Amino acid sequence: MKRVFPRLTGTRRVLVFAGILTLLAIGGTFLLDPFRNFQLATAAAYLCAVGGLTLLIGLSGQLSLGHAALMAAGGYGYALTSNALTDAGVDGVVRFAVALVAGVVAASLLGLLLGLAGARLRGPYLAGLTLALVIALPAFTSVFSAVFRGDQGVQTAYSPVPEFLNRLIALEQWQAWVAIGVASVTTTALVLVRRGVGGLRMRAVRDDETAARVNGVAVRRVKVTAFTVSAAAAGAGGAVLCFVTQSVSPGGYTLAFSLLLLVAAVIGGLGSIGGAALGAVIIVVLPWLLNVLAGALELPTELEQRLSGNLSVLVFGVLLIIVMLVRPTGLAGSWGVRRRTKSTHTSADAELGFTASADRMPGSDQAPNRQSPASTTGTTSNPSKQFLAQER
Amino acid sequence: MSHQSSASRSARRFGVLLAASALVLTACSTPSAPGSDSDDPAATGDSTGVTDTTVTIGTHTPLTGPAAAGYSSISAAATAYFEYINEEGGVHGREIEYIVKDDGYNPANTQTVVRELVQQDEVFAIVNGLGTATHQSVLEFLNQNKVPDLFVASGSTSWNQPDKYPFTFGFNADYVVEGAALAQYAADELPGTSVCMLGQDDDFGDDFLTGLETALGADGVAHVERYSVSNQDVTAQIGALQAAGCEVVTLATINGFTALAIGTAAQLGWFPQWMASSSGADYPTLQGYLGDAAPQLLQGFIGTNYSPMGDDDWVTLFREINDEYNDGAPFDGNTIYGMSVAYTFAEALAAAGEDPTRESLLEAITSGDLQGNGIAPLAFAPDNHAAYLTVGITSVDQGVQDYIGTTYEVRGGAVTAVEPAPVALTGNGIPG
Repeated sequence: MKRVFPRLTGTRRVLVFAGILTLLAIGGTFLLDPFRNFQLATAAAYLCAVGGLTLLIGLSGQLSLGHAALMAAGGYGYALTSNALTDAGVDGVVRFAVALVAGVVAASLLGLLLGLAGARLRGPYLAGLTLALVIALPAFTSVFSAVFRGDQGVQTAYSPVPEFLNRLIALEQWQAWVAIGVASVTTTALVLVRRGVGGLRMRAVRDDETAARVNGVAVRRVKVTAFTVSAAAAGAGGAVLCFVTQSVSPGGYTLAFSLLLLVAAVIGGLGSIGGAALGAVIIVVLPWLLNVLAGALELPTELEQRLSGNLSVLVFGVLLIIVMLVRPTGLAGSWGVRRRTKSTHTSADAELGFTASADRMPGSDQAPNRQSPASTTGTTSNPSKQFLAQER
Repeated sequence: MSHQSSASRSARRFGVLLAASALVLTACSTPSAPGSDSDDPAATGDSTGVTDTTVTIGTHTPLTGPAAAGYSSISAAATAYFEYINEEGGVHGREIEYIVKDDGYNPANTQTVVRELVQQDEVFAIVNGLGTATHQSVLEFLNQNKVPDLFVASGSTSWNQPDKYPFTFGFNADYVVEGAALAQYAADELPGTSVCMLGQDDDFGDDFLTGLETALGADGVAHVERYSVSNQDVTAQIGALQAAGCEVVTLATINGFTALAIGTAAQLGWFPQWMASSSGADYPTLQGYLGDAAPQLLQGFIGTNYSPMGDDDWVTLFREINDEYNDGAPFDGNTIYGMSVAYTFAEALAAAGEDPTRESLLEAITSGDLQGNGIAPLAFAPDNHAAYLTVGITSVDQGVQDYIGTTYEVRGGAVTAVEPAPVALTGNGIPG
């Protein structure tokens, strides 16, 4: 990536590349049929959430099993606002924009609450808290069923293709455009956070809280910020998903889905936005591909029934194990690792966000002898000190 | 700064190039929106999914997940019936191909598989999509894309909104009808008793309660308790109903929760008169949950239904088909239901003419000529997309569930007792 426009640097470089990738993705929708465009839109929505999750885990070292619930918050925020606006006679771009913002705000607020608790909790306890959140979701929506309509969820009116594009593109393509646009803004923001001072502080907190605190980093505030930013991204994803499917229900945001987002983040490469994109596409395409395969094999009906739905869970488990054994830094991460051996630590880390910063994955703190490829390439024994030296 | 501007210039050039290629692509590969064929003046109708030898239709249903145990046999039974029809020459010489896709009872999956059916498999119609929450999530999509959405497997009144969803038709007697019929039966046969309700905390419960109040008046229901499917414990609700002195408990429950409610009450030593909607009143299924205690616990258990039952020509035919085309799978209410749906679709397809289109299919259904195979002829009409407005009362005696001859019709908020008019089996169950 560095070889393209080598002299373009800083934020401007990020924005130019974001623009190019967005245009490529939007151009790509012309090559796809409606169903593939729907899958693309879904993947774009997932990308928002996986991107937020990867920032949270890979950068700030906090584990969340509840990102499905944060997406749901975004979805419900979007749906309820959109319905209120429809009743008030508002539609079109205004309705979408306001509802999207409402979804992001709803998820951010929930994320802020979780972050406040998270700053006081560590590792498994935080994971437990977020786990409880996602498990409690169906109960919550059925207790307040007057608002959330229980298991049935909330339906919204759909937004048609704008008049001037009507002849040019199909509805699914339009939805993919919107999803790509939101995902693009979200991930660009995440990349900017990641490569800015905030990202540096998050890394410092992840690597050694005490050292970070000694160096004047407000550890709690950084953790809460990371959680809120991550939640906002997930909320945007949930809102987009609701826009694409015109509905949000607790059944769509189960614990299994939460774990799937985590799998996407880990398979792609923790901390890397490129990895998040790869992971998001994998969790959309793989289950579909497996079902097509299972269908093509002409298996006995009963066996096919049993495989259907369950097969993808199995394959994701196997895939996760293989990736962890062969490329512990994730699919996208390994490229960054290889490059890191050639260039210096800091310049590789300042890359657009397409490199892994998984040199210290959560949980590896207690196992300094477990050598991951990344940690062998590190130039200093305590990277956080180096970061902080830079920061000043 | 010069290097930056040159970089952004090259980026801009790149962007222009992209936009240009996108425009070129538009010309050749923009997918036409489904249903846009009608723009073509030469086209007489939409015959997506119909070839000279086949008609392809699809459904979404839970084959895995929590609801699979109760419902996965429905699509298998329907598939068996279609195989039977195909073996006998099909409908107007076309074989019916029924694509069954698993959604695990999860609306998110439903959205994916239904889009796949419509956009990838290009089905003629979606037939008997199962579940209220699941199907509601694709209602808008199917109607936007003008895909016939036939015989939804749920009794929600959502499917009967011809103005809003002209392509959607229900199959179950809706929960308002069932609630009203049960309440009327209680008022007629057990006057002066206190009638209560235990219902699911969604449209199922809401609509059913509306039905009860249709028959009993706004304050005719003594006590109402609700449960959520995600919580497998109804002890608190049963206790509250007992404390409220209920004598008749009407149930807006799925089979699993019917069994749970009756079992829990029995443990508390409480035996009120139970009355359940057809969705939760299938004796063979309840027997599976309650085991050896079933004949005792369910003696005199009242339910509603609209499908053939007991000693009936249809049931005999269905049993034969089940043995031959469904590997002799357990024969229960789901089997009858699945085959009835399949028959009803075949009848509609036959009525849609030699060269069926989506338009002629909908016309055939709303014409009011369809009979079905139920306790009364189908009630479809231009302004009614509910299949059955008439239901019969069933009862269990010595482990056998059958109609007792009492039948109610619910129309325009009024419940009237009518004579049952079951549709007789003709032509070996092959329509057309």
